[in-house]
Amino acid sequence: MPTDSCAGNNRRITYLEALAEALDQEMARDPDVLVLGEDIGGEFGGAFKATKGLWQKYGEDRVINTPMAELGFTGMATGMALAGLRPVIEMQFADFISTAFDAIVQYAASTHYIWQGAVPWTIRAPADGGTSSGPFHSQNPEAWFAHVPGLKVICPGTPADVKGLLTSAIRDNNPVIFFESKTLYRSLRGPVPPGEHLVPIGKARQARPGADLTIITYGAMLQSALAAAEELAGEDIEAAVLDLRTVKPLDTDQILESVKATGKALIVHAANRMMGCGAEVAALIAEECFEYLDAPIRRLGGLDTPVPFSPPLEQAYRPDADRIAAAARDLDAW
Amino acid sequence: MTSLSAVERLDIYRWMYRTRRFDEVMVSMFKQGRGLGTCFSARGHEAVSIGAGWGLQPEDFAAPMHRNVGMFMLRGLPPDQLYSNYLGRANGTTRGRDANLHGNGDLSHNLIGFISHIPQSLPVALGTAMSFRYRRQPQAALTVCGDGGSTAGVFHETLNMAVLYMAPLVVVLENNQYAYSTPVAEHTAVSELHLKARAYDMPSQVVDGNDVLEVFEAVSAALARARAGEGPSLVEARTMRMLGHAIHDGAEYVPGELLAHWEARDPVVRFRRWLQDNDGVGPDVLQELERTETDLIDQAFAAAEASPFPDPDTVEAGVYAD
Repeated sequence: MPTDSCAGNNRRITYLEALAEALDQEMARDPDVLVLGEDIGGEFGGAFKATKGLWQKYGEDRVINTPMAELGFTGMATGMALAGLRPVIEMQFADFISTAFDAIVQYAASTHYIWQGAVPWTIRAPADGGTSSGPFHSQNPEAWFAHVPGLKVICPGTPADVKGLLTSAIRDNNPVIFFESKTLYRSLRGPVPPGEHLVPIGKARQARPGADLTIITYGAMLQSALAAAEELAGEDIEAAVLDLRTVKPLDTDQILESVKATGKALIVHAANRMMGCGAEVAALIAEECFEYLDAPIRRLGGLDTPVPFSPPLEQAYRPDADRIAAAARDLDAW
Repeated sequence: MTSLSAVERLDIYRWMYRTRRFDEVMVSMFKQGRGLGTCFSARGHEAVSIGAGWGLQPEDFAAPMHRNVGMFMLRGLPPDQLYSNYLGRANGTTRGRDANLHGNGDLSHNLIGFISHIPQSLPVALGTAMSFRYRRQPQAALTVCGDGGSTAGVFHETLNMAVLYMAPLVVVLENNQYAYSTPVAEHTAVSELHLKARAYDMPSQVVDGNDVLEVFEAVSAALARARAGEGPSLVEARTMRMLGHAIHDGAEYVPGELLAHWEARDPVVRFRRWLQDNDGVGPDVLQELERTETDLIDQAFAAAEASPFPDPDTVEAGVYAD
C-alpha cells in the first residue's frame, strides 16, 4: 500500500501504533495531558487498545476510566481544560459523539469567542467504515463539526500524520475533533519519526504530483485515491492527489493552487456526499477559480443512507479506488 | 448559630441589597425600553446567590446561572461591567458577544460562564473540581442548577461521576418552583428534589433558600467537606422566582397565593429585620447602606449606558484561542 515518504527514517509502524506513540510522548512531555474515556482504565486499554499501557505508566489520575456518559465526561473535560489541563477524550466510536453534541458544539466551541475561555481538549474519535460494522460503528461525521465555528477538525490519512497531527491537536489551545480511520488502524503501515513529530493543523499535503486533474481527499480515502492515481498513471493520466488532512480550517490556498494548475477537480470522501465537506471544497473552487476550470467539479462520497452492514451493500455505499479511477477518467476526457 | 461575625452579616446584607437594587434598576430600565434583548430577574434569589457565594474562596471555581447576579458580583464582576453586558457594550464581560448574564466567565476570578442549555454547566464545573483533585489543591467548585435542570440527563451523569471520582463539587439546586411556565410537580414526580442526589450516594440536604444564613451555613459546610477530600454534596435551596421567566413573561400562570406566600418571606426584607432584631443594627445604619448601594447601582447603569458599542470590525475576533 502506498504511503508518504519520510526521509532518513526506515521505521514503519501502523496507524494505531503511531497514535499510541503520540499519546505516550505527549503524556511524558506534559503533566497537564491526561486521557479519559470508556474502558480505557486498568489493563484493558480501550476498545481498540490505543491507550494500552498508559494506565500502568501514568496511573489512574491521568488515565481516567469513565462511565457510559459521553455528554457528562465531555463537559467534564471542558471544565478541566478551562482550568488549564489538556484532556484527550476517547470516544469509543465516532458514532457515539452525537451523545456529547451540546458539550461540544454549544459549550466548548463558543467559550473562547464569548468570554475568552480557552478549551484545549482533543476528542479522539475512531471513525470510518468499510469493515461491516453497521450503521452505528461506521460513521464519518466530520461535516457536523466542520460547520461549527470554534472547532478544529482533523482527518489524518497516514501513520506519520496521525502522530504529527495528534501531537499538534493536544498542544492546540482550542477544542479539536480528531477523526481517526479505524479502517486504517492495523491495515496501514508507514514511516513515522520516532521522536517529537509535529504536523501543522490546517495544512494540506500534496501526496502525489500530477498535471491532468486534482483528486482532493482526506482520511482513509487518501489510500484509495493514491491507488487510483497509480492505476491511472498506466493510462497516461497524471492525477495529483491533495490530502487535506485538516477539514477545519481548510487549506484553501493549496486547494486553489492545485486546481488552477490542473483545471480539473475530483473531491472524494468516505462520508456521505450530501452536504459533506466536499460541498464546501467544490463551492470554494467554483467561487475562486471558475475561469481555470476545464471540466465540471466532481464529487464522490458515501450514499445518502445510513451506513449499511452487509458487505455488498456497504461496498455499494462507499467510494473505492475503482470508482475514483472511473470518475477521473470521465474528467480527463473533458 | 453562625460562624459569621456581626460585621460580616451586615456586609452580607450590603451584597443582598446591592443584588436587589441591581435587579430593580435592570427590570425598570428594560420596561422603559432602555434594555437590549431580554433579561432574567433575580428577585427572590438574593439569599441563594449571596449565601452560597459567601462560602467561596478566591481560588475555588464558581459556575453560577442566569439568576445569580449576586454571585457574579461577589466573584468580582463589577455592576457597571455586568450592565454593559446586558446592553451589548464593548466593555461588558462578553464584549457584546452574549446577553445579560450568559457567558459571564472570567478565569481571572475562577468564574465559569454558562450557556442557555441548562444544565450544561454542571459537568464543566465538575471538570474544574477534577482539576483541583488532579493537582492536589484543597479547593472546591460550586455550581448552580435549577429545578428544571434536575430533570436533564446530564444532571444525573454529572452527579454519578462526581461521587465516583469523589470530586470536590458542590451543586446548589435552586428550586424556584418553576421551569419557565411549568411548576415542579409537572416536570418531575420526585417531590424532594435533593433526594435525586441520593440515587448516586451523594449527601444532600434542603435549606430555606430565602434564609441567607441557612444557605451560607449549609453551602459553606459542603464546600469545606469538598476541600477536605470528603467528596461532593448537593444543597437544595427552596425559593421562588418572583417575576416571570424573562422580562417579557407576565407569569400569569403563577397563582397569586403562591406569590403572596413567598412575598411574606422576601429574603432581603427578612434579613434586614433579622439584623435589627438579632444584631441590633439601627435603621439609620441600614438606610445609609441602602442609599450608598442605590447610588452605586444608579451610577453603574449610567456608566454602562454611556459606554460604546463594540466595533463591527471585531466581529470575527476571538473565535479561536492563539
